[in-house]
Amino acid sequence: MTDVHDGPAPAQQRITTEGPIYTVTGGDWDTVTDAEHDDRIVINMGPQHPSTHGVLRLVLELEGETVTQARSVIGYLHTGIEKNCEYRTWTQGVTFVTRADYLAPIFNETAYCLAVEKLLGIEAPRRATVARVLLMELNRIGSHLVCLATGGMELGALTGMTAGFREREEVLHLLEFLTGLRMNHAYVRPGGLAQDFPDGWAGKVTEFVALMRTRLPDYDKLLTGQPIWRQRLEGVGYLPLDGCLALGVTGPILRSAGLAWDQRRIEPYCGYEEYDFEVPVATEADCYARYRLRVAEIHESLKIVEQAAAKMEPGPVMVADRKVAWPAQLSVGADGMGTTLEHVRKIMGQSMESLIHHFKLVTEGFYVPPGQVYVPIESPRGELGYHLVSDGGTRPMRVHIRDPSFVNLQTMPAMSEGGMVADVIAAVASIDPVMGGVDR
Amino acid sequence: MSETTGTSKDGIEPTGGEQSSAELSGADVAEHRARGGEAPQGGEIEQVQLDGVVVPEGGTRPAAPATRERSGMFGVTGSGDTSGFGGLRLPGHAPPPAQRPFGGWFDEFADDLGESLAERGVRGAVQQITIDRGEITFYVARERILDLCRTLRDDEGLRFELCSSVSGVDYGEDAAQRLHVVYHLLSMTYRRRIRLEVALDIADPHVPSVVEVYPTADWHERETWDMFGVIFDGHPGLTRILMPDDWDGHPQRKDYPLGGIPVEYKGAEIPPPDQRRSYT
Repeated sequence: MTDVHDGPAPAQQRITTEGPIYTVTGGDWDTVTDAEHDDRIVINMGPQHPSTHGVLRLVLELEGETVTQARSVIGYLHTGIEKNCEYRTWTQGVTFVTRADYLAPIFNETAYCLAVEKLLGIEAPRRATVARVLLMELNRIGSHLVCLATGGMELGALTGMTAGFREREEVLHLLEFLTGLRMNHAYVRPGGLAQDFPDGWAGKVTEFVALMRTRLPDYDKLLTGQPIWRQRLEGVGYLPLDGCLALGVTGPILRSAGLAWDQRRIEPYCGYEEYDFEVPVATEADCYARYRLRVAEIHESLKIVEQAAAKMEPGPVMVADRKVAWPAQLSVGADGMGTTLEHVRKIMGQSMESLIHHFKLVTEGFYVPPGQVYVPIESPRGELGYHLVSDGGTRPMRVHIRDPSFVNLQTMPAMSEGGMVADVIAAVASIDPVMGGVDR
Repeated sequence: MSETTGTSKDGIEPTGGEQSSAELSGADVAEHRARGGEAPQGGEIEQVQLDGVVVPEGGTRPAAPATRERSGMFGVTGSGDTSGFGGLRLPGHAPPPAQRPFGGWFDEFADDLGESLAERGVRGAVQQITIDRGEITFYVARERILDLCRTLRDDEGLRFELCSSVSGVDYGEDAAQRLHVVYHLLSMTYRRRIRLEVALDIADPHVPSVVEVYPTADWHERETWDMFGVIFDGHPGLTRILMPDDWDGHPQRKDYPLGGIPVEYKGAEIPPPDQRRSYT
């Protein structure tokens, strides 16, 4: 049991070969920093810590409150997604990759499917492509809102968090209506989409855009012009363009350093060349610029969502090739979502060949000609690339996810060293790493 | 299997032409098969004279090792299977070398690269050039990868400022030079993407680190070491990154089991994924 002291209890101390290790729990900081110890302290922060943006562990070497060295330790959320994909069919891979960067599931699904389609030499029908764009931009809005929300929370702006998650909830509700699930949708499939949007989707999308247009100005009032928010972010986490390029940074961090590099513009995919939108750029290369870019990108994404909704024309959402397209259409029956009764009737009662085809395609999957492709797209965090290798079989030889969080997180030391401890939090929040993507 | 062939050497006609080898890539299959398939000899690189400049002529000989051969449609071996599927043989796929003209920006780029390498005295770097699905791949001799990357980054006509990704591929226990290290480079100035590929023997998985040219490769190379056991010589701190420090083995090698336990569902036992029937 604890002894009674005058003042706070001393921090627990443990002697190791590396020197004494203290467990500081609050109110006992003085025992660690008193005059008899030297100023250099190594702090371990995370992996379970509310301000490290997930299961990220930071090891900080401090002199007083100044960070002299910072390193990040990752791997706490490694789930072996890449390896698992090698033991599943190409279609099943979608359900795995959607869980990598869990804040950008549609981006993972789309990039993976674009890569599979490139290997197959097929192209998804127009309605599916437009729907992918619409979903991706909704997803981008949701992802950026989480970044603002968690970033706000980590810096103590709790109202920013409640507001951000409130708006993100709207995004998730809409995605649930459109795809059936809030997250991990597995909705984009090689060759198109799992199914068409439900009736009444257009109205829901219009409502959502209108709602966001009324809510977004609140962020300017709540955060953008707020003096404390600006003081915490301005000039913090500075990383200029040459540093960005050397460290392989893409996405809002690169654009905050003045380079308008957006995959949607540079190498348009999914017909992005048809859409009218701006690529917001800043030159301050600090956390505040990254924050402003994310808010601006939400506005641009809303524009794209509107345009995509207008472009949606009736048509198929899956390629016509029955060797690739999922055999069954889905419908909601008395016992929930499942294969349509017409399809069951056909394969069970009318056509043996259809049954064989259904069975083969679902259990065996389709064959993908050998070769390799790399497909990069612009996720909310930067260049999300899928490097797929096929040896000609029904399973991938290799699925490599070039996740922007993984690469961008390497900039943490460059942004933080020489600054204050509190600014490390701001820098990490502005990188917006999603550990599901970092560790895969 | 010791041969890495694009052919079926034992006289069995290759089947399943749709999936096999080079047909889809548009290369001259017969010629490639007649010549190709032999495992590449390290350092045996042809360079031809072109307008007085030494250019690594990637289109001349295949250096990329083939993938594993696939056999038996349902993975059946040594059973009484009389369906014939068990005897199915599909040759491994060796990426065919590209033939001039490559088309698009590839010709000009290959010439520029050849000149720049010659200027800097980097010889024998490129073993083969493959163009497939609109992407260009350079198969690189591993001793030259660092020089090649430095040339690609620094030369004014090339300017590959960004290294998108470095990762490994394991082509399976049957393949010769089964470990590959794959680099995806991006030139923001010229808006070009290329892929570099280094094939390694499993017994000698060393490759020079490119961290001094592309600092971003630090974590990529650590991950490739962690997952595939590729040793990047000259890396500033090649430690595990995703797996715990004291982990044994390299999980993404093909001979490393996926793991998992059988699951009982409605009375039937479903084996773990890596022990389920494989169709290829």
